[in-house]
Amino acid sequence: MHEMSITEDIIDIIRGEMKKSYFKRLLSVKLRIGELTAIDPESLRFCFDASIKKTELEGATLEIEGVPLTGRCSGCATTWKITDFALICPACSGTDVEKIAGTELDIVSIDAL
Amino acid sequence: MHEILIEEKVLARNNELASANRAALKSRGIFSINMVSSPGAGKTSLIEALAPFLKPRLNTLVIEGDLQTDLDSQRVLRSGIPAKQITTGKACHLDAHAVGHALDWVFGNPGVRLLIIENVGNMVCPAEYDLGEDMMATILSTAEGDDKPLKYPAIFSASDILVINKTDLAPFTDFDIKRARANALKINPGLAIFETSCRTGAGIEALSDYLAKLSCAGRP
Repeated sequence: MHEMSITEDIIDIIRGEMKKSYFKRLLSVKLRIGELTAIDPESLRFCFDASIKKTELEGATLEIEGVPLTGRCSGCATTWKITDFALICPACSGTDVEKIAGTELDIVSIDAL
Repeated sequence: MHEILIEEKVLARNNELASANRAALKSRGIFSINMVSSPGAGKTSLIEALAPFLKPRLNTLVIEGDLQTDLDSQRVLRSGIPAKQITTGKACHLDAHAVGHALDWVFGNPGVRLLIIENVGNMVCPAEYDLGEDMMATILSTAEGDDKPLKYPAIFSASDILVINKTDLAPFTDFDIKRARANALKINPGLAIFETSCRTGAGIEALSDYLAKLSCAGRP
């Protein structure tokens, strides 16, 4: 049910934007989803398709840009792609690590008519 | 065809409401904890065990989140702490909107110092939904597996406190407490870790001391 609540929130935001801009037909949606959100893109796609069926949004496609988890060490400024979720700097073994990417859950843009 | 650049966080609305909750709690000097875990790790039992230690020193309230029933809030009430139940119906996590409504009840109780929000049992979704709390505490029981921090990094990453519960059962399972601690600290080096057993009472007083310290920090 996780991806379903996220889908409902996405659709609410899109409907709001389309209303604001007077667009009638949604063609596609681009999302940015970080690795740490544990959101499965295929489940999200499934929920999205199911939710827009028989609505004015039917037919719209979903494009998902995945963002890998990237850390930056506050000690030595090394940045790296974290592959095992471990927040330990590979250069100096420091543990004061900032997650600079990989936590996103954003609607980037929509294509509409 | 037009491309509309939106660049909006999906959870923007929840985050706005969470910020409002946070400000409202802070302005009243209430320290809040979002308690999360998989179902059955012992969140409610921990509150029941903490109750005799918290009651004499801290005016404490509990918000309970479950899909169905008020069984948990009834248990907390019987332990002597006022509790309000939120039944979500189908939502597998509490959100800032639901908690915001329950805060009316919280603020109707003068002198509250500590608010414990017991979330719906779920190791995934609560990590995404800010409720406006000061800290998140994850409860991990020895009946679950010491590799859970590696398998559910988001929730351990988002937490400030880890309580390893049911330590009395550890001798009967393959759970290695040292390994669980190491795994958790790998994902989140800043975690404050406690080991408890609601059955034997081990570690409960130490945890209540920590919660009392957090609730009274910076206040006379």
